Amino acid sequence: MNTTTADHDMEGRSALSKLWSNREARSVILQILTMAALIGFFAFILTNAVANLAAVGKTFSYDFLSTPASYDINQSLIDYTSRDTHFRAGVVGLLNTLLVAICGIILATVLGFILGVLRLSPNFLLNRISYCFIEFTRNVPVLLHILLIHGILVHSLPHPRVASTDYNIADLFFLSNRGVFAPKPIMEPLFWATIIAFVVGIAFTVWFRRYAKGVQDATGKIYPVFWISAAAIIAFPALVYIVTGAPINWDVPEFQRFNFKGGMVLLPEFMALWLALSLYTAAFIGEIVRAGIMSVSHGQWEAAGALGIKRGRILNLVIIPQALRVIIPPLTSQYLNLTKNSSLAIAIGYMDVVATIGGISLMQTGKEMETMILVIAIYLVISLMISAFMNWYNKRIKLVER
Amino acid sequence: MSEVAQTYPPGQHPDMPPPAGQRGLMLWLRTNLFSSWVNTLMTVVAVYLLYKIVPPILDWAVLDAVMNAANRNECREIAQGACWAFIKDRFSILVYGFYPSDERWRVNMAFILLCLALVPVLFDNVPFRKPGMIFSAAYPFIAGWLLLGGLGLTPVGTDEFGGMMLNTVVGVTGIAFSLPLGILLALGRQSHLPIVKSCSVCFIEFIRGVPLITLLFVASTMLNYFLPPGTTFDLLLRVLIMVTLFASGYIAEVVRGGLQAIPKGQYEAADSMGLKYWQSMRLIVLPQALKISIPGIVNTFIGLFKDTTLVLIIGLLDVLGIGKSSLADAQWNGLSNEIYVSIAIFFFIACFGMSRYSIYLENKLDKGYKR
Repeated sequence: MNTTTADHDMEGRSALSKLWSNREARSVILQILTMAALIGFFAFILTNAVANLAAVGKTFSYDFLSTPASYDINQSLIDYTSRDTHFRAGVVGLLNTLLVAICGIILATVLGFILGVLRLSPNFLLNRISYCFIEFTRNVPVLLHILLIHGILVHSLPHPRVASTDYNIADLFFLSNRGVFAPKPIMEPLFWATIIAFVVGIAFTVWFRRYAKGVQDATGKIYPVFWISAAAIIAFPALVYIVTGAPINWDVPEFQRFNFKGGMVLLPEFMALWLALSLYTAAFIGEIVRAGIMSVSHGQWEAAGALGIKRGRILNLVIIPQALRVIIPPLTSQYLNLTKNSSLAIAIGYMDVVATIGGISLMQTGKEMETMILVIAIYLVISLMISAFMNWYNKRIKLVER
Repeated sequence: MSEVAQTYPPGQHPDMPPPAGQRGLMLWLRTNLFSSWVNTLMTVVAVYLLYKIVPPILDWAVLDAVMNAANRNECREIAQGACWAFIKDRFSILVYGFYPSDERWRVNMAFILLCLALVPVLFDNVPFRKPGMIFSAAYPFIAGWLLLGGLGLTPVGTDEFGGMMLNTVVGVTGIAFSLPLGILLALGRQSHLPIVKSCSVCFIEFIRGVPLITLLFVASTMLNYFLPPGTTFDLLLRVLIMVTLFASGYIAEVVRGGLQAIPKGQYEAADSMGLKYWQSMRLIVLPQALKISIPGIVNTFIGLFKDTTLVLIIGLLDVLGIGKSSLADAQWNGLSNEIYVSIAIFFFIACFGMSRYSIYLENKLDKGYKR
């Protein structure tokens, strides 16, 4: 009885519903539909964009990049004047973004590791201080940090006139509301020798580490790798620097009438952005480091101790490699966040890539679409590069299982 | 005078209290502050740090603070500390923005209903949870009606939204609509259909690769170009769309983590029961996956709530935007520390509360697996 009804149903179905009950056919149909919807969507927005651009008399082109930018940028790592092109202004902005991102990543990592270790310290007071700092920092928006620190720097630090006498460190560094003034190194030609020595030191260290590992694997003999590396990277260039006659001159800032002359200046905008991004990210890194160290079970310490390994070596050979496996992936995504958060620079007027290309260039040329696409593309490239590196690194340190 | 030692049979001696240094406060101090000379040194450093940091902050925020004054100069005449009178003066605008003062009960109402709607979502041991969930699902629409007006209430334009209320509106809308979208994207990323999968991956990676601020710029400058000529729509709505899309990319990754944590046997068991794809997802896989990913979702929401301050860059007056613009007031100018610190306290309370909830949840979920 039942079977006959079922058979009857099968015959009654149309060809389409038969197709639908076939798994492969269904997946093909679904994908064709998705594709069609996607193409339809893009066709819709592109025709709209063309029609809208035509209606306001704009064309889609990147010609504006080669026209003069005619605006000033207060901080630039390369030579730039307002007569340079929008393209060069964009490069200046990109370099400023990278500068604050790299400085921020370095400071955030150092602070974050300190915070993470303090958070695990047996000392009650330090433990609580770092806990409070982490919670207060990471539960407040980063934009608020930036504005608050900028406000403190601009409103609480004195005018250069006062700073030149009261707010200086050894007459070399001056803290004023126009920025931190510091001596600027001027390199003489012979300084290249020191740089070459440094590079050679690094190359030697890389080679020596491999060699030492090979020897250790083969014979069990352990070289003092750390001290030899330190000597190659620090002592050797320092020696070359002294032998060549210390070829760096320092241009010390001096106060003249209204402001400091000479030296180099860290603008309050840069300082605020740098400190705020570093502190904010350091709070997150601190928690990541803590979780990473805690993820290595106590048995690892005990097992290594039972093998008679010294405490320092246990840390180096057993604990840190395992903790790093947990720490690195979220750490890279924090680096990525810091880089993306540096786009908030525009709120305090630090001229990063969003503020130059996506800000003033956009206003001056009226090319919303072109500039925004450019800015988005730049960030995508940076993000993809960092995540490609992260995937490569993850694969390298992945636990090798049988 | 000598005491007569009482004698006990072997093994019957009552327990003696620990020696003086091994109990109570002394023990605590020893183990936590002075267990070794390194530890003692650290304690000294910590005490010095506290001595350097805490008294000045206390002086500024409490002891030398001014609660009542008409303007900045009056504040400075009274004391040199924080001028909280400024915040008192600006409090209602910081909370409600430019919402008409006669209609502010609607904002309060929407907020109270929000708290009520959250209860069945956040806690699973409350009475009337089922009908409560229906109310929670309907809440975004009720709140929309309350805040925007119409149907018997005076209409209020979105340009009058502002302050903490705007942050809450953007944050709650973002999370409410990004959750379903994020789940769909996560399922798409796990899908066996190559085109659906690659579309989801592209969208998620794009969203996660660019800063929110560029998406907001797109919303404010560029989005109108992609719409049929002649259509314009509200800036707040455009921002909400962008924030929702942005959050859905992050939610998708959190949910994907949950989906990947479900053992393959669960998928196979669902298949062998003859369940169709959506049935197996709805009845077997998603309930388990979402349960694991709730802490991650809460963390995403904390991030999203903090990111709602970014709307000030495209000119919407959220709490930070109002704070920043009120610094330009001639009567109160230059009081940036006071205003930013107050706003920071607001965000701290909100976000710290949420992170506590997330920790509570993690502990509860942990228990579920311990048998």
